[in-house]
Amino acid sequence: MQLNDQNFEKEVLKSNIPVLVDFWANWCGPCKMAGPVIDQLEKDYAGKIKVGKLDVDENPQISQKYAVMSIPTVIIFKDGKEIKRQVGFPGKEGYIKILEEALKE
Amino acid sequence: MDNKIYDLIIIGTGPAGLTASIYASRYHLNHLVLGSKEGGSLSLAAEVENYPGFKKIAGLDLANKMMEQVEAFGVEILAKETTGIEKKDGVFKVQFDGGKFLQAKTIIIATGTERRKLNVPGETEYLGKGVSYCTTCDGNFFKEKVVAMVGGSNAAALGTYHLSNIVSKIYLIYRKKPLRAEPFWRERIEKESNIEIIYETNVVEILGDEGKVTKIKLDKPYKNNQELTLDGVFIEIGGVPGTQLTIPLGVDLDGSGFIKVSSDMKTNIEGIFAAGDVANATGEFHQIVTATAEGALAANSVYKYLKGGQK
Repeated sequence: MQLNDQNFEKEVLKSNIPVLVDFWANWCGPCKMAGPVIDQLEKDYAGKIKVGKLDVDENPQISQKYAVMSIPTVIIFKDGKEIKRQVGFPGKEGYIKILEEALKE
Repeated sequence: MDNKIYDLIIIGTGPAGLTASIYASRYHLNHLVLGSKEGGSLSLAAEVENYPGFKKIAGLDLANKMMEQVEAFGVEILAKETTGIEKKDGVFKVQFDGGKFLQAKTIIIATGTERRKLNVPGETEYLGKGVSYCTTCDGNFFKEKVVAMVGGSNAAALGTYHLSNIVSKIYLIYRKKPLRAEPFWRERIEKESNIEIIYETNVVEILGDEGKVTKIKLDKPYKNNQELTLDGVFIEIGGVPGTQLTIPLGVDLDGSGFIKVSSDMKTNIEGIFAAGDVANATGEFHQIVTATAEGALAANSVYKYLKGGQK
């Protein structure tokens, strides 16, 4: 799903399941590699973890609030709090690793 | 599992691997390209102005054009990370996704390089909090801020120039003098009033408050000060060759860790060829045009090798 400064609180911070947020922008090469992988993870983890994308260019407030200064960055939130952060594109396996860890927390 | 044996598997999706595929298609070699970093290092270049045929093109756009050309021949680019290669009875088993594998008679290694790190305190701690290895990805987070670029190559100069249009000030810090970038680049960055070059100096530490980078420490004073106050540090100090896959196979490396190749891109191991930044064909002169040329040569060598019926 698409996240933005407006729906972030409702969709992420108040979500009753963990949420993976992909901070990205269209000028970023590695973000474009990560995009399809994130889409696939959204399907694979449906019902267990919510997956959303946030364009840092259009949503500076949230990006600044979480001090995102490098993209792609993925943050997993649980109960309104950051529990995992991955800077850079680690490949699908790298994302699966933090998702599995997040599910165990 | 598919028992098919390909003529060739190309590992790496940068200019070398993609060009090897284009030539392999024209030689009717049954092959596949494997790699998750589409476009390789090329996709990170803000702009390319030294690849013939394109006066100026974004690296990502050029990479996409190369991939389109590969796919136009009906070749699959499988976006998977290779986890291992084994050679058994003259056939290579290329592993990915845990237990999965594909088989081929020959392999072209075109895995490029990973970014070299400075290895100074604070570098890992502040990754993504002011420390960056990608100017095109992260430059826009530093609008009207002060940053440093560490390095002296063309890539460092390009990154500095790109950033100078975004930030208020950028220090370019290089351990030697002059820059090793082309004179074209030296001239271009000297013209920008917000670029300050600091020669013969090393960054020894990256400092910050909890959340982000605030300073860097130099190994000698610059304008009477050994620390620079800034918001970000970009690091462009070359690459470490991606040879993790080939070391277990006994592929010879040179003193700097690059794969040793002959003039026709053969390695010391029969059936394994290498091309692009990972190979030592052009010293450390790593260009898109040298990578594509090496990719073409490697595909030609594979063709001759297979046609020779040696295996």
